Amino acid sequence: MSDKPKNTEKTSEKTTDKKAEQHRRLSVFKTYKLYVGGKFPRSESGRVYEVTDPRGTWLANAPRASRKDARDAVVAARKAFGGWSGATAYNRGQVLYRVAEMLEGRKGQFVQEVADAEGLSKAKAAEQVEAAIDRWVWYAGWTDKIAQVVGGANPVAGPYFNLSSPEPTGVVTVLAPQESSFLGLVSVLAPVIATGNTAVVIASEKSPLPALSLGEVLATSDVPGGVVNILTGGTAEIAAPLAAHQDVNAIDLAGADEALAKELEIAAADNLKRVVRPQPVDYSATPGTDRLTAFLETKTVWHPTGALGASGSSY
Amino acid sequence: MASAMDSAFAYAPAPESRSVVDIAPSYGLFIDGEFTEAADGKVFKTVSPSTEEVLSEVAQAGEADVDRAVKAARRAFEKWSALPGSERAKYLFRIARIIQERSRELAVLETLDNGKPIKETRDADLPLVAAHFFYYAGWADKLDHAGFGSNPRPLGVAGQVIPWNFPLLMLAWKIAPALATGNTVVLKPAETTPLSALFFADICRQAGLPKGVVNILPGYGDTGAALVAHPDVNKVAFTGSTAVGKAIARQVAGTKKKVTLELGGKGANIVFDDAPIDQAVEGIVTGIFFNQGQVCCAGSRLLVQESIHDELLDSLKRRLATLRLGDPLDKNTDIGAINSAEQLARISSLVEQGEAEGAERWSPSCELPSSGYWFAPTLFTNVTQAHTVARDEIFGPVLSVLTFRTPDEAVAKANNSQYGLSAGIWTEKGSRILAVAGKLRAGVIWSNTFNKFDPTSPFGGYKESGYGREGGRHGLEAYLDV
Amino acid sequence: MPTTASSAAHALTDVTASDGSLRRFLHGLPGVDTVGLEARAASLGTRSVKTTAKAYAIDLAISMVDLTTLEGADTPGKVRALGAKAVHPDPTDRTAPTTAAVCVYPDMVAAAKEAVAGSGVLVASVATAFPAGRAALDVKLADVKDAVAAGADEIDMVIDRGAFLAGKYLKVYDEIVAVKEASGAARLKVIFETGELSTYDNIRRASWLGMLAGADFIKTSTGKVAVNATPANTLLMLEAVRDFRAQTGVQVGVKPAGGIRTTKDAVKFLVLVKETAGEDWLDNHWFRFGASSLLNDLLMQRQKLATGRYSGPDYVTVD
Repeated sequence: MSDKPKNTEKTSEKTTDKKAEQHRRLSVFKTYKLYVGGKFPRSESGRVYEVTDPRGTWLANAPRASRKDARDAVVAARKAFGGWSGATAYNRGQVLYRVAEMLEGRKGQFVQEVADAEGLSKAKAAEQVEAAIDRWVWYAGWTDKIAQVVGGANPVAGPYFNLSSPEPTGVVTVLAPQESSFLGLVSVLAPVIATGNTAVVIASEKSPLPALSLGEVLATSDVPGGVVNILTGGTAEIAAPLAAHQDVNAIDLAGADEALAKELEIAAADNLKRVVRPQPVDYSATPGTDRLTAFLETKTVWHPTGALGASGSSY
Repeated sequence: MASAMDSAFAYAPAPESRSVVDIAPSYGLFIDGEFTEAADGKVFKTVSPSTEEVLSEVAQAGEADVDRAVKAARRAFEKWSALPGSERAKYLFRIARIIQERSRELAVLETLDNGKPIKETRDADLPLVAAHFFYYAGWADKLDHAGFGSNPRPLGVAGQVIPWNFPLLMLAWKIAPALATGNTVVLKPAETTPLSALFFADICRQAGLPKGVVNILPGYGDTGAALVAHPDVNKVAFTGSTAVGKAIARQVAGTKKKVTLELGGKGANIVFDDAPIDQAVEGIVTGIFFNQGQVCCAGSRLLVQESIHDELLDSLKRRLATLRLGDPLDKNTDIGAINSAEQLARISSLVEQGEAEGAERWSPSCELPSSGYWFAPTLFTNVTQAHTVARDEIFGPVLSVLTFRTPDEAVAKANNSQYGLSAGIWTEKGSRILAVAGKLRAGVIWSNTFNKFDPTSPFGGYKESGYGREGGRHGLEAYLDV
Repeated sequence: MPTTASSAAHALTDVTASDGSLRRFLHGLPGVDTVGLEARAASLGTRSVKTTAKAYAIDLAISMVDLTTLEGADTPGKVRALGAKAVHPDPTDRTAPTTAAVCVYPDMVAAAKEAVAGSGVLVASVATAFPAGRAALDVKLADVKDAVAAGADEIDMVIDRGAFLAGKYLKVYDEIVAVKEASGAARLKVIFETGELSTYDNIRRASWLGMLAGADFIKTSTGKVAVNATPANTLLMLEAVRDFRAQTGVQVGVKPAGGIRTTKDAVKFLVLVKETAGEDWLDNHWFRFGASSLLNDLLMQRQKLATGRYSGPDYVTVD
């Protein structure tokens, strides 16, 4: 995050140190905060942890979310579920597309944060950010199509109209991938909310800053408060209460290692959460529909049609 | 009508500002990203149907222009079809957003050129246009998931001919799926409503769409015929009259051109005795008076169960008396102008025929403006299946009322038509809705509502109402080599 | 034109002969399609009412307000202030019309009468154990008689929603008839609490039930529950009074109450009246707004039309 203007340094060589100090502008650090229920609280724990780049240079302090923050996030996600799942698919598509629009305008910031977080060159980081923006566009287009791909009329053998439609599962906990701090995060978050679920996201533990900045973008992108909630801190520490939470309906374990994943899956079994196990994913490739369908329920409706008798008396 | 009998609480005029749209005195053809004159220099005038004022002078494309446009589209096709779907998607999303941004301007423009009320262009046409582009934008990179096998290919150059009743919406129905699937387009708008298509050309420019991907050729029927006949056109999409649709079907015989036709209709709106009456009345009004009845899927035949005929007709007549006919730019206008003198003459002649054949004509008391093309909302009662007004598509604000006694009779009468585009069913009994819907030979059936459209929902007809579907996942098929 | 409410009962005597016949009648009314009803209400909400039409509508709306205070903390002082406001809504502009009535609890009727004496502003009183209505009939009737004895010109009663939802329509009917009788010369507004009846079919049935029992007005709600007057439920009640008059010759008024706070809202309701029931209802004898904060917004809009500048809350009285 060094933003020392170079020519200022040059002049400093020629003048006294004192004068150089007068010329050099001190940057304003950002206080990174959680994103819960559309607001930006500090952690309830009051604790933070140091975030560094891969070489160990300090970048910022990130909030260390507690189990109470997790609880608050679930309450917020549940409260938002009715409105978000009840919005038209078209509306959700517009909102997701708006996220892409807003990200495009703040690309520079995210390129810097991803470069710092993952130790990438600006060019490589830009590829990640651009792919992430396009991923929002990809899922924006899915909101009003997934039902047409996975739902449909069923020709039951009887005088019944029979239609299956997908519906969102509910509140989904998402353990964002640990390595891909932004593209990976977007790749697991966007499909969850595209279909009308609401999400509690645990950001990459060591690279949480792009996720927290994403919260700022979501807050200004017509995404209703509570639809996405972003927590940072110890993944295992936050995930445990969420995996066991009776008001969470599903969990994506992308960011868990093998041991943690097993432990969380066992906890998730208590209320039969839908579980997506961690697996190797190439986040730069175009995704399929797996992450959409993972958090969908199928609802089938039967309705009598009346027999097509010659007399017509049945209708 | 309301305007004539208003007492104290009369709505003051509430005209939408005309100044939000800047119409140039003349427009060219839009070929290969440029506005150009017609090769033979021909032009025609487009007028506002509500005032007969000339809005602009527009270049009229001839055969040479058609050839030039098709060549441009062919050149553009190579790169356009080779673009990753996700990039085509982003162009279409841009177009959708620019349409949303410019929707007020486009709504006023459409109202001026077409004559339909601003209430409709603002609340129906423009939102649907933007939604259509938004929807198909999302398909561009998901064609593998659309159910046509992996990597379905575009056809090539699409020749598209659209009508005047929903100029920009019909453009959207044609262009959005064509571009999403990787085709390029030559589109001919109707001669009475070319302006919104020409404004759309400017939107393509703002969106940075590559040259030649969209070409717009204003003109008359002969321009459309030349386009359809052009040997390098791979796909023909037409919305319009059944007569022209049949001519196109003959014209493309023996070629490899893929064709979709969205043609006329004589939709039956069936009201059973257990219908939610107040909502049924609204649905009947929407069904036939939306866009002055100039809608191919209009509910132009009211089939009412005999036991509630009188009650329903009383309610309907009372409701018609509140319709406000007049300046289409007034936000309180319900009924605007008929699109052209020709269309007005056709409506008038069919209505005269209805009277001559003994049907009973009724309209609310209604003052028509002195200039422009106007027709009062009209009901025909005592209509039978044998009457011309029960069989021919009038394409105007004219409703023919017939009765039935049983569901079987309703279905039989509804299906007794050369057309099969739309139908309505009004009853509170769910199984009756589904049973009747199952027996109707029509492509779109609304129950307890009417004239609803959505980009996700396929639209198209049975029988002489045409073939192929526009909208939804089904709408992709018409533009893919599948 | 309408005659008296009692002739309605004659026209449909058979209907109210028994619980069974009343139920069959009410359940035989045409159903209401929710989506269609709400779409129609929304579509009328897009009417653009400007300039002269707006000025007319604002004054009409002011004249239709039942200026209401129904708080446990009401005092004679508060009611006097309300009365003064009803008589002279805009102290800076005496051309502003008076409101139709002030609406208070029975024990405040006397104070209200005094406050509006000689002005033509009526005094309406809620009664029948408002707002819940959970009391024995004789208690409710005593409540009504109290209000009438204190000089109430109008009685706003609540129906027994519990009985209605339990399908005991005749009980609801008999109670309205009894209250009507106890009201004497006072006009009777029957409150359904539409938010508790929940479905549009129920609202249509309650409307007919109330009119059959002799209601002079049918009223949406108490203002004390989550969902009060909406364009859709008011539209539905306007259809009911329109159809009732067509069938019986008796005209019944409509009063949406609760939740109407802005001029824009009020004008939308007037559009519903005009285009559904018709011009005959565009008069404060037949249409009212049960509201409190609405009046100040109407006055601010009225000032805006008169002066061309937007007004602010400091330029209307706080009561």
